[in-house]
Amino acid sequence: MAYVAIADRDHEQPLHHPHSFITKWVFSQDHKIIAVQYGMTAVGVGLVALGLSLLMRLQLGFPDSFSFLTPDTYIQSVTMHGMIMVVYLLTALLLGAFGNYLIPLMVGARDMVFPFMNMLSYWFYLLSVIVLLTGFFLPGGATGAGWTLYPPQSITGGTPGAGGGIISMLVSLAIFIVAFTMGGLNYVTTVLQARCRGMTLMRMPLSIWGIFTAAILGLLAFPALFVAAVMMLFDALLGTSFFMPAIISQGESSGTIGGNPVLFQHLFWFFGHPEVYIVALPAFGMVSDLLSTHARKNIFGYRMMVWAIVAIGAISFVVWAHHMYVSGMNPYFGFFFATTTLIIAVPTALKVYNWTITLWKGNIRLNVPMLFAIGFIFTFIHGGLTGLYLGNVAADIPLSDTYFVVGHFHMVMGVSPIMVIFGAIYHWYPKITGRMFNNTLGKIHFWLTFLGVYSIYLPMHYLGFLGVPRRYFAYEGISFSETTQAVNANITIAALIVGVTQLLFLFNLVWSLRKGKPAEHNPWGATTLEWHTPDKVPGHGNWGASLPTVHRWAYDYSVPGASQDFLPQTMSSEEAISLGARGTEET
Amino acid sequence: MSFFRKLATKPWLEQDTMDNPRPADIVPAETAKVGLFVFLAVITFLFFLFFVAIHMRADYEDWVALSEPSLLWVNTLLLILSSVAMQGARSASRKGETNAVKVNVTAGGVLTVIFLLGQLFIWRQLIDDGYYAASNPANAAFYLLTFVHGAHMLGGLWVLGKTGFGLWAGRRVESVALSVELCTTYWHYLLLVWLVVFGLLLST
Repeated sequence: MAYVAIADRDHEQPLHHPHSFITKWVFSQDHKIIAVQYGMTAVGVGLVALGLSLLMRLQLGFPDSFSFLTPDTYIQSVTMHGMIMVVYLLTALLLGAFGNYLIPLMVGARDMVFPFMNMLSYWFYLLSVIVLLTGFFLPGGATGAGWTLYPPQSITGGTPGAGGGIISMLVSLAIFIVAFTMGGLNYVTTVLQARCRGMTLMRMPLSIWGIFTAAILGLLAFPALFVAAVMMLFDALLGTSFFMPAIISQGESSGTIGGNPVLFQHLFWFFGHPEVYIVALPAFGMVSDLLSTHARKNIFGYRMMVWAIVAIGAISFVVWAHHMYVSGMNPYFGFFFATTTLIIAVPTALKVYNWTITLWKGNIRLNVPMLFAIGFIFTFIHGGLTGLYLGNVAADIPLSDTYFVVGHFHMVMGVSPIMVIFGAIYHWYPKITGRMFNNTLGKIHFWLTFLGVYSIYLPMHYLGFLGVPRRYFAYEGISFSETTQAVNANITIAALIVGVTQLLFLFNLVWSLRKGKPAEHNPWGATTLEWHTPDKVPGHGNWGASLPTVHRWAYDYSVPGASQDFLPQTMSSEEAISLGARGTEET
Repeated sequence: MSFFRKLATKPWLEQDTMDNPRPADIVPAETAKVGLFVFLAVITFLFFLFFVAIHMRADYEDWVALSEPSLLWVNTLLLILSSVAMQGARSASRKGETNAVKVNVTAGGVLTVIFLLGQLFIWRQLIDDGYYAASNPANAAFYLLTFVHGAHMLGGLWVLGKTGFGLWAGRRVESVALSVELCTTYWHYLLLVWLVVFGLLLST
């Protein structure tokens, strides 16, 4: 019996609407609710990580001024800040929240294909966050191993949290990976199977391409972290020596026999580098849609953009050891990984050019989402270029473990995706809540954040050139130059301002929920499906009585001759011609 | 149309008329099946990485291969038999023979449970003989691999258990045909994984 597409047997599957409060809002299987749950949890734990970063900055900017900051709390803050931001905030927010919200709405599905598993994914994620945070309350506190958790130091006595904190971290990561796998299976299968009539792969908005490819990367890369975490748990709890080398400390043997710590680094970065793109690709996708919509122009080089996403995804699996140039690898390895690293810059640069050309001669509307999208182009170019320095072995070795690296990765995978996340939240806020956010507050939020992050991270590159090492609690009187301390104090002040600014953002979100101006149905004049649901805020099942049908690609903005400057994906060519659009017959 | 041909289409030139939308190029297979295959890809990566990691660790001098307990051969045989039973369940469900499906699914499940108990017994035996995880990386690798494989079998048993109990509670074979089929695929796959694990253990 031939298989009938989900979209073609829509009428056979009655929707079961949840009735009780619990099934509707708490244990919901609706992708939109799950998305909001993911988003709120991620933002909540992200605020913890933001607070931790401010603690670090207080110490660096004003050493010896705060008695509650000890070397242990400092390195614990470094560790937890890094891990939370990368895994529990960015990954969860981009895939768990945006992936969940956008995939079914943008491809024209009623929900994810496995709603129960989707719900389970969120609850496992929440559990992983709780387990992670318990680390703070264990004896010895959270782990202070640095966010890369390199053994042997991460599980050797003397490192903060070597007894309890590291265990909670590893267990939490394992649970997170299970949660991610359940979510990722949903995202991939929904895109493959549940697209509505007419939604071919090459008609999908780039947001979906980015999220889809990132989900595949995550499904294949997170197992590496899982392997590393499980083996390290064995080392920590059972006394095995997968990673733990023979250690003799003060004349006493640790009891472990010769393990291979570099093996952990390989596993960690085999996950860690694709992770950069798990975060970046959804951001690339969403920023493409934001730029195109707010510039009223089709995205330049759609096919190239798709190919670049796929190519970046593939190459991202063969660049991991560029994080390990100083680990004592065979020099030919370094040569190989430097080459692949520079190759991956090609499709990435291609995307940057295409974003810029999309803006060229566009009818640019500087709405708040657009400001963030343009801001992203700046921060991403900046972080990307310093990545080219660090990708070369000869330049990387002197810069290793300095603030140059900190500046680089915060620009490229901290600030840049966050810019897109802010832009995307502002862009889809009217869809999620039915109300507009406060525009003035949004603009203030943008300018303070954008200029603020530059005042934080630009000077860090300079500190790196001076040789200031990262992860140090204090520099014990070593002055790298006369201005080092002043620069550090300035960075701290900027960081405090940026930190407080985010409260403005949260206030805007909460305040507008009640007091915001009711939004129009399609406030940005966008073409994609999610703006063409029967209800302004889509209800359970998204599409009312019947699924949408797609007749065109996602980027028909400013079509010549047409009386409106966008043609929704649901518009057939007859309707478009009746609006005066000059047909672009297949040639 | 191949994936690469698809990627080469020019969507901005395609305009569909009202009653003739282009068909979405979805994967023509049951959704659960597509999901299972994606999941198998994930497991493949997981075990592959375990193998690579353990292989790298085995290059060090302190690795003293452990002599595999002969009971492992019996366990392997049990797992093969459970896979055969599952295959029987699948072909019976295609023919619509409810009783044969019931018997085969139960046999597959019970054999798998015995396999897992056998694995636990081997652990017990090894520990009694002093092969602790901490005493040698080869021992640790043995416990690790059997543990991860067993955990995946347990997950499969949960799904198979639901199917089996449904059958005994009187569900018709048509309604469980898909889960029987997917379980069979999963069982064969995990048998393959086990054979690779076993081969790896024997070769070191």
